[in-house]
Amino acid sequence: MIAILLQLAGLFAMLSLLAFGGGTGVLPDIQRASVDVHHWLTAREFLDMFAISRAAPGPGSLIVVLVGQKAAGIAGALVAFVAMFAPSSLVVYLAARVWHGAAQAAWRQIAERALAPIGVGLTLASGLALVHGTEHSLPAYAVTAVTTLLLAFTDLHPLPIMVAGAVLMVLAGG
Amino acid sequence: MASPDSIEPVRPKAQTRPSLAALFVGFLIIGAMSFGGGLAGWIRREVVQKRAWLDDQQFISGFALCNIVPGATNVNLAVFIGTQLRGGPGALATLAGMMLLPLLIVLVAGMLYLATRGMPGGGWLGAALAGAGAAAIGLNLATGIRLARRNIRRVAPALIAAAITVGIGILRVPLFAALLVMIPLSLLISWAGYRR
Repeated sequence: MIAILLQLAGLFAMLSLLAFGGGTGVLPDIQRASVDVHHWLTAREFLDMFAISRAAPGPGSLIVVLVGQKAAGIAGALVAFVAMFAPSSLVVYLAARVWHGAAQAAWRQIAERALAPIGVGLTLASGLALVHGTEHSLPAYAVTAVTTLLLAFTDLHPLPIMVAGAVLMVLAGG
Repeated sequence: MASPDSIEPVRPKAQTRPSLAALFVGFLIIGAMSFGGGLAGWIRREVVQKRAWLDDQQFISGFALCNIVPGATNVNLAVFIGTQLRGGPGALATLAGMMLLPLLIVLVAGMLYLATRGMPGGGWLGAALAGAGAAAIGLNLATGIRLARRNIRRVAPALIAAAITVGIGILRVPLFAALLVMIPLSLLISWAGYRR
């Protein structure tokens, strides 16, 4: 049990610092390590857990909680959670301190203006990449397109639109 | 509240300093709402639109920064915003707030899944989740459109935003390679504009 917890901690702490480009980049590594190397779960279980973590609120990398839970119960889930999020959060904290300390510096003004179009592009790209990454059916495309227009050009609250999207997909037969 | 940064014309009213409790509750709401993804959209809605803790410029440059460092971008964004507003304790408040409910929900969902594998009724639950997810993707796209309309006024930044959108979102260029080219280019343009 302790051995599995240590394996979980080591694996996810390492992946936490390697997860450039968001949590999804290391998904294949998580799959390989947990299914093929450590045999904590089957390939089918991994896919189901991926779907659960995508649908649940919060970041998709919460899948590590499910992997940890299957491997070593609640203790495993908590170890996986801390290992996945603490190291990268520490890096962000240090970066944010430097950023904050330079509030008046010319380089930050330049960097802020330079990063703005990058941030806009990445926001749009994250949406488009998700369309590719999930098995988008025709009704799902319609839901995404209509939601995009409604939320970009009206002041409607996102939540009722998401509920409507869910109802529509059930009626469309999934 | 006037900030010393207000010499910079692009940030008019941000920088009200929220309490730790307000940060925790704000991000608790974000975490609870973000079914099926769309976290970046929820964060901007709460932090910029509703509460004006940050302005758009600070939000998107922070978002870009959070893409560069390792880790889930939106978790990074919570830590970044907490640190900006209240230092280390602020980062803990935003992180705990955003992750608490999702963590509990995933744990319960995991228990249910492991206990009820292969039972009927999963089909339409899956469809409902897919529908909410499809709408959540729309929230991210709409956030990108809003940010672009409000913050990009010149041709060169517009081209950079478009290149990243198409390159990463459609052509699947690896993030690292795309940023390795686009960040220096954007810095150069920004630096040239700053000197004028």
